[in-house]
Amino acid sequence: MTSQTSTAYEKYHVPPKSRLAICATTGLMLSVYGAASIMNDMTFGDPGVSTNSWSIFLCGLFFFLATLFAWFRTAIRENLAGLNSAQLKHSYVLGMFWFIFSEVMFFLAFFGALFYVRNLVGPWLAGEGEGGRMNGLLWQGFEFSWPMMQTPQEAVGGAAAQPLANNGTFAGPQTSLSFAQAHAWWAWLPLWNTVVLLSSSFTCHLAHMGILDGDRRKFNLWLAVTVLLGMLFLCLQAFEYHEAYTHFGLTLNSGIYGSTFFMLTGFHGFHVFMGMTMLLIQLLRSVLGGQFTASDHFGFEASSWYWHFVDVVWVFLFLFVYIL
Amino acid sequence: MSFQAKRLCKLTLGPVLMLTSALVLAAGGETSQVNMSPGVTEVGKNIYDLHMIILGICTVIGLGVFGVMFYSIIYHRKSRGVAPATFHESTAVEIAWTVVPFLILILMAVPATSTLLQIYDNDDADLDILVTGYQWKWKYEYINENGENVSFFSNLKTAQGEIHNLEAKGEHYLLEVDEPLVIPVDKKVRFLVTANDVIHSWWVPALAVKKDAIPGFINETWARVEQTGVYRGQCAELCGTNHGFMPIVVNVVDQSEFDQWLGEKEKDAAAVKKLMAQNFTLDELMARGKSVYARNCQACHGANGEGGVGKAIAGSPIATGDLATHMDVVIHGVPGTAMQAFGGQLNDVDMAAVLTYQRSAFGNNMGDKVQPIDVFNHKKG
Amino acid sequence: MGDYHHGPAKGLSRWLFTTNHKDIGTMYLWFSFAMFILGGSFAMVIRAELFEPGMQLVDPAFFNQMTTLHGLVMVFGAIMPSFVGLANWLIPMMIGAPDMALPRMNNWSFWILPPTFLVLASTLFMEGGAPAFGWTFYAPLSTTYAPPSVTFFIFSIHVLGLSSIMGSINIIATVMNMRAPGMTYMKMPLFVWTWLITAFLLVAVMPVLAGAVTMMLMDIHFGTSFFSAAGGGDPVLFQHVFWFFGHPEVYIIILPAFGVISQVIPAFSRKPLFGYASMVYATASIAFLSFIVWAHHMFTVGMPVAGELFFMYATMLIAVPTGVKVFNWVTTMWRGALTFETPMLFAIGFLILFTIGGFTGLMLAIAPADFQYHDSYFVVAHFHYVMVAGAVFSMSAGIYFWLPKWCGRMYNEAMGKTHFWISFIGFNLAFFPQHFVGLAGMPRRIPDYALQFADFNMMSSIGAFIYGASQILFLYNVIATIVAGKPVSDEKVWDGAEGLEWTLPTPAPYHTFETPPLVK
Ligand code: HEA
Ligand code: HEA
Ligand code: HEC
Ligand code: CUA
Ligand SMILES: [Cu+2]
Repeated sequence: MTSQTSTAYEKYHVPPKSRLAICATTGLMLSVYGAASIMNDMTFGDPGVSTNSWSIFLCGLFFFLATLFAWFRTAIRENLAGLNSAQLKHSYVLGMFWFIFSEVMFFLAFFGALFYVRNLVGPWLAGEGEGGRMNGLLWQGFEFSWPMMQTPQEAVGGAAAQPLANNGTFAGPQTSLSFAQAHAWWAWLPLWNTVVLLSSSFTCHLAHMGILDGDRRKFNLWLAVTVLLGMLFLCLQAFEYHEAYTHFGLTLNSGIYGSTFFMLTGFHGFHVFMGMTMLLIQLLRSVLGGQFTASDHFGFEASSWYWHFVDVVWVFLFLFVYIL
Repeated sequence: MSFQAKRLCKLTLGPVLMLTSALVLAAGGETSQVNMSPGVTEVGKNIYDLHMIILGICTVIGLGVFGVMFYSIIYHRKSRGVAPATFHESTAVEIAWTVVPFLILILMAVPATSTLLQIYDNDDADLDILVTGYQWKWKYEYINENGENVSFFSNLKTAQGEIHNLEAKGEHYLLEVDEPLVIPVDKKVRFLVTANDVIHSWWVPALAVKKDAIPGFINETWARVEQTGVYRGQCAELCGTNHGFMPIVVNVVDQSEFDQWLGEKEKDAAAVKKLMAQNFTLDELMARGKSVYARNCQACHGANGEGGVGKAIAGSPIATGDLATHMDVVIHGVPGTAMQAFGGQLNDVDMAAVLTYQRSAFGNNMGDKVQPIDVFNHKKG
Repeated sequence: MGDYHHGPAKGLSRWLFTTNHKDIGTMYLWFSFAMFILGGSFAMVIRAELFEPGMQLVDPAFFNQMTTLHGLVMVFGAIMPSFVGLANWLIPMMIGAPDMALPRMNNWSFWILPPTFLVLASTLFMEGGAPAFGWTFYAPLSTTYAPPSVTFFIFSIHVLGLSSIMGSINIIATVMNMRAPGMTYMKMPLFVWTWLITAFLLVAVMPVLAGAVTMMLMDIHFGTSFFSAAGGGDPVLFQHVFWFFGHPEVYIIILPAFGVISQVIPAFSRKPLFGYASMVYATASIAFLSFIVWAHHMFTVGMPVAGELFFMYATMLIAVPTGVKVFNWVTTMWRGALTFETPMLFAIGFLILFTIGGFTGLMLAIAPADFQYHDSYFVVAHFHYVMVAGAVFSMSAGIYFWLPKWCGRMYNEAMGKTHFWISFIGFNLAFFPQHFVGLAGMPRRIPDYALQFADFNMMSSIGAFIYGASQILFLYNVIATIVAGKPVSDEKVWDGAEGLEWTLPTPAPYHTFETPPLVK
């Protein structure tokens, strides 16, 4: 920024008018409207989900994704056409950085919820502490532990016996996913997932070194490994979810333990999926299109930042959801 | 009159007119109150003092700030031919007006803290009352270590006709209930506040008590009322359609009067127990059911069973269908909807009556009777 | 790329496909005015129902929908977009940039809004009615006990959040990256500064709001128990998450308004802004403090006393930096050469009324006293003083101030002044008495009230109608100016105005600063 002077000013490319925004809006609104309809059909609908809702949702989603594709293609072509000044590139950098920051805050909301219920609400419900010393009247017999294996509702004898209007059935899990079975650490999936994800961050870095050295083979190789590790992570997580649902009795309905567990790991998994897709696209750009040079590879860089961010989130998840 | 004076008059005219009209109105109709009332508890008086102190400080600061501003508005106007000054900072002044407000805030924080600690001193109560918010009524339960708890619901008493402007509105329009809470004077009464469905808030201004009623949690608060009398309040947290219609009335009486009242309540409770074993005729059940319905169900299901928040009872497949299912719905509620479990709210007699009533009123003519013992057996499973 | 170097395209496509910050700014401004009218008509329904005791026009369920939609539409539809509109118009012109940093995304941020509010408004016609749980949508009223339209409401909030986040990322990138040479941070106009800080706030808290509504969505449709004690959750958790967003949100509303006032007052005092640096630091302090005061909206939920004290003290602290701003404005006027065109009138109106609203805010911050104020009309009075007389007045000031620059035509000064005086009187008549009824014990969000509140409520309703009607005058004045106002061609429309935007020709050309100016 300080280097720019008005004598040697490289024009900032302001794109001409463009249909992208309005198309993206159309796709977004349709898919969101469809998704909301599907959920409402599911919960309140008489015969269940109508095909209409699904069609709206899928059309919208397709349109949205197609627009995103076109959008990124346009941006890439502009760059290849040499329209992007250093200053404009910096705008993209800032954009990506603050986008990731907003994602951090999104996760913060769920981590905050986790801390709040674990450290304050749980004990209160069990009649402890300044905020909760009378709550024992309502939830007689409830004892707090984390992970919460028995919900307050179960403690008083089920939905019909609870002292407040019934709003669902919450039964705790049979088995916790925490690091309780130390003797069987090798069978403990989250640990392997951590290894997978941490190494993928490392391979991603290797790929970066590759492109900085101008070594495309190295770049492609390590990027491919990264993507594969990402996929492996997702497979392991899918397996873990399957186990949780079928063998551990840990579901979205298992009270607050299930709620926080699945929301945190689920959103993280979704972000892994996004990051992996981004990296995969960069890989294809490099392999099929021969794009990226040692000095110009922002698409990859942005994806890799995202990937490292996802990785850091996992470290916190591992610590707070699984271990502590 | 000089130019500036005229200007000042014009500028202040609006606010002054407004304030005086407000004050005149306030003094004129004794119904219009402009300030917080100190209420009838020590805490209330402390809060009132706090309120007045801070209001006073703010008024003084405000007068200062606006005074300086109006001075420039009058004397530093371009039309008077002044040349603008050019100064634009002064570290000393800026530090001063950072530090001085800070000190003023500390001054305010001191009494605020001590009053807050007083409010939070929930120990050593003479009497515990469990207050539960329901959509849209309050339940009061006197917690008594030796023996039967007395408990009852407190519903809005104002007639629908008054609300819909068909009848003249009474003196305590919207602030009257069928059964007020009764507490003894000069005793520390502890309120354990909770809710059954959504969040409500139990607020009686004269007692300086406002506490949110959170479903599944019990909040503690207390009051020691210094004067007998009737004090009124309202639910203070948006809780759905009839949030504006769930008032609170507290009747503060002498200890002896209170003991007598509580004794009668206990007797009533025993009487209901006896009724449980009795068999009723259809007419008896219908008559009782009508009033139970009006109190508990009408708000959602309509005066003529036409529905509203809840589904219509008139012609309802449930109310005209299998009795066991009907009982299930009313006793256990419909999870995930506003239809609550009434099993814990109505005694078996009332439950039997309202079931019978629903099955034979509003053009539903099942004509069958439900006896308290049926309800009892059904609950046992 | 053909039309790039020329003026705007013709017809609808100019607006649908534009990447021009001025076009986008214009769309934001018109959209927000439309929402102001919509939200205002909801307010008129509220005030009409409260004109007298007894149920008059609408039933309680519909009344609650009106309250809810009024709050939502005003906050998310009227006020926030209006300041984003100003930002779009002004920031590039104030820092000497050719446009916003990411112009296509800028257009997307805008175009998300109209369909979203269409969906939100359409919930009125859905089965079970529109959301009726207040703009703060506390669980479980907004989850287990909500009408089905809540799902559409939730997704609307998600999408609005997306729009705000993209909008603020754009503003951050623009301010950090697009300043003309020599335009150092400490030379930026205060409006740019306040928006930069606002944008940080937005990026930080909109995702948290998204988190809150996501938890609601899961509780409603997928059986989680975030807000249900039976499963080990807590309804109050919702409030913590909501207000972690909600409190910074109110400063998101007011900081850009501070920015506008900081431009207007020096211009009509013909004197530089007093204490520029301390203004910047004060804004930053307000933003910082706004993250640690959220639970002052929850003094009555039964927090432990330590929490109560912490949030009380932290909240009180905000009076210090805000006071610095107020004192700086007053001192800017001190020994200036004042004139009182419409923008200045609105700025002075702002200064007085916002300060009063700030004082009541400080009173609310005193936890024990808040036990009496909370959820009463005293709170309603407080936040209309800061939001209507704060944000809306400052918006009016801004429009009158920059409109001549934008369209090269002067508004009708007499009509502008009339607008101000009617607004000022109507506003105070509407909202000052609400302090009284609040203190006397009238809860908020009720469709009907006890008889002792009758007089002041009638006054309040009359005031509200007057204030509302004065907006018609405003609308007329703006349209008349654009269509047939007296042309102005001076670069400096106001002799006291300073800043890069006033070095441009009037009306401001479609493209400006394609090569950056050099700031000394
Ligand atoms: C633009 C929006 C805006 C702004 C700027 C503010 C500003 C402030 N607000 Fe307000 N507030 C709202 C919008 C806003 N608020 C809304 C919408 C609600 C209700 C939400 C709902 O429930 O629906 C609310 C509610 C609200 C509450 C909760 C009330 C309740 O529900 O019980 C509280 C409590 O602390 C509070 C406090 C404050 C404080 C301390 C400030 C401070 O920032 C004010 C600081 C300013 C001054 C103090 C004046 C100038 C200073 C001086 C001249 C210096 C010297 C002064 C002294 C030392 C006294 N506000
Ligand atoms: C910035 C936000 C903002 C703005 C600008 C306003 C503007 C107004 N508000 Fe609002 N208000 C809120 C934010 C805002 N409000 C919020 C957040 C709540 C809390 C909601 C909740 O409890 O959940 C609230 C709640 C609220 C209540 C309390 C409701 C209740 O508790 O039940 C009331 C009652 O008087 C009210 C009144 C008004 C009025 C009269 C205006 C006026 O200023 C409006 C004036 C504008 C117009 C009238 C429109 C333009 C003009 C025309 C269309 C011309 C035609 C009109 C006529 C001929 C009269 N508002
Ligand atoms: C707070 C609101 C509310 C109150 C009070 C209420 N109900 Fe309901 N009721 C509902 C709702 C909502 C439903 C619909 C539930 C559903 O979606 O299945 C319902 C359904 C019913 C049904 C089933 C009707 C049908 O056809 O499916 C019966 C019977 C019933 N209620 C009886 C009662 C009785 C008896 C009372 C009082 C003792 C009562 N309700 C009080 C809200 C309420
Ligand atoms: Cu109960 Cu409001
Ligand atoms: Cu706040």
